[in-house]
Amino acid sequence: MGKNKLSKKNFLQSDACTYLMVILAYLIVEIFVRSGHISSLMKGILVPLCTYSIMAVSLNLVVGISGELSLGHAGFMCLGAFSSALWSNLMEDKMPAGVSFLIAIFIGACVAAVFGFLIGIPVLRLKGDYLAIVTLAFGEIIKNLINALYFGIDSNGLHFSLKDSLSLGLEKGVKPIINGAQGITGTPKMSNFTIGVVLLLLTLFIVLNLIHSRTGRAIMAIRDNRIAAESIGLDVTKYKLLAFTISAAIAGVGGVLYAHNLSSLQALPKNFGYNQSIMILVFVVMGGIGNIRGSVISAVILTLLPEVLRSLNNYRMLMYSIVLIFMMLFTSAPAFIQYRQKLTQVFRKRKTDEDGKEEA
Amino acid sequence: MLSFISYLLSGISLGAVYAIIALGYTMVYGIAKMLNFAHGDILMVGGYAAFLAFNQAGLPIPVATLIAVIVCTLLGVLIERVAYKPLRTANSLSVLITAIGVSYFLENLAQLIFSANPKSFTTFVPFEPLKLAGGQLTISATTIVTIIVCFIIVEVLVTFINKTKAGQAMLAVSEDRGAATLMGVNVNGTISLTFAIGSALAAIGGILLCSAYPTLTPTTGAMPGIKAFVAAVLGGIGSIPGAFIGGIILGILENLSKAYISSKLSDAIVFSVLIIVLLVKPTGILGKKIMEKV
Repeated sequence: MGKNKLSKKNFLQSDACTYLMVILAYLIVEIFVRSGHISSLMKGILVPLCTYSIMAVSLNLVVGISGELSLGHAGFMCLGAFSSALWSNLMEDKMPAGVSFLIAIFIGACVAAVFGFLIGIPVLRLKGDYLAIVTLAFGEIIKNLINALYFGIDSNGLHFSLKDSLSLGLEKGVKPIINGAQGITGTPKMSNFTIGVVLLLLTLFIVLNLIHSRTGRAIMAIRDNRIAAESIGLDVTKYKLLAFTISAAIAGVGGVLYAHNLSSLQALPKNFGYNQSIMILVFVVMGGIGNIRGSVISAVILTLLPEVLRSLNNYRMLMYSIVLIFMMLFTSAPAFIQYRQKLTQVFRKRKTDEDGKEEA
Repeated sequence: MLSFISYLLSGISLGAVYAIIALGYTMVYGIAKMLNFAHGDILMVGGYAAFLAFNQAGLPIPVATLIAVIVCTLLGVLIERVAYKPLRTANSLSVLITAIGVSYFLENLAQLIFSANPKSFTTFVPFEPLKLAGGQLTISATTIVTIIVCFIIVEVLVTFINKTKAGQAMLAVSEDRGAATLMGVNVNGTISLTFAIGSALAAIGGILLCSAYPTLTPTTGAMPGIKAFVAAVLGGIGSIPGAFIGGIILGILENLSKAYISSKLSDAIVFSVLIIVLLVKPTGILGKKIMEKV
């Protein structure tokens, strides 16, 4: 029990450290941007940095805290992106831009959460690799459906189609809003670095508070030992579903940020396919499973890495993959861990020896 | 009716390719308990090796096939030694990420060497298509050969596992690695052998896939790899007959839904079926009944 009380102070400090890190990073980057010491390439990557950090934190809630492997997170991002972009397109010029964007964020989160909830009910009965493949399948289904979806509005009301834009039967001169594989074009560019950082801080606030709450402890108890948790009366399905839904909602917010940073939005395999989900999983695992601050740091580093390596041209993604493999070997291989421990032991021993000599 | 039969046959052929790739997935999963995400990329390497040997160097087809198989086998064993073996006792997520890293590595290496432009692959099955029903029904030779090859592979593999010592060792390792070690089974050797067989199958799958769909790019293996993984899970991962059945079902579903429902939604339909099957039978079609786990 004593350890718990101690750790309460510790995690408050650790949380404060996380927030401070984000704010400091924001201030430093803002100073660079204001003084013009930053390339346009780097400027363009600031919002994606926030998006991916949010996505990584969101996935860490499922993978790290709830202990379930999900490979379909890009699907929720996709839902958030498209629902909010649709709203922004409809409401452009009809509402003040700021209010409309706030509602768009809310809509993105809600739509993703609803789908997270609906998908979670059947899916969370599965375990391990089976859960992984089903979430992957759901992500692909969402991407696939949105790719085939046509939607438009004219004076007769709403028109949906899964075939092509002609079968929508729109009046002449009315263009479809969601145009199948061409997606949504003309979304107002509302995202900027400040909004991204604010959303990231909000995400961190929600997730960190959840982890330290009674609910969060219940979720982690279920992760550590499902049977023990069940036997003390925890409702396993409820808590798992809760974590999954919240995570989906946050991923939806990431999608909103993503969609409003681009003028045209398409559901490509590159941005919403399983590759993207895997990319986010890489951030989470690299940052340390269950470590929220680590997720943010590794999302930032791994998003920057290909840009930093840009001078290597064609070799950059090759370098990226090599770094990935070696990082994984270095941090997780038992042989390497032993070697590292030996090194630190030697170092500590030397230090204590020196201390001993000084005392003598 | 005739068009239905032709769609069905090409579906079975596609399914046979998925099954061949899925066999590799399922064997590796059974033995090493890891999802080898790089499996699809080994297939791609097999495709390029065959392309170089046959189209560029002009070697005869059996030799080119052999070269592709050897290249992939060596590659599979090498990857296992370098990237997976050090992580054998680490948690499964780290191995998964390493496999993803290997997959990126192979794709980007192929892009560097061969560029992203598609290569047009000459078919490895240079026979006349079979004409039935007075020329109304044409079945391509690739379709027939693929189905036959798949059947042969499954037969040989099942015999190998049930009748040989090495096959029994595989069964033992997949069932209980610790106990197998105590019984004197060479676990490392068995795992290497599994990777070798899986990768060799990937090479054959790659050649057959490229013969049917003759464009070869560095990402050729990615989607078939995922589909084969889905097939393995559908049939019950770890089970050889399961991988075969899962692959065939997946191929037929994909082709028929492309033909009769919507070409855009075929992937969504395939994945929906997977989800429904898993919700009804959480370990796949043959997940529990079959004791033959490899």
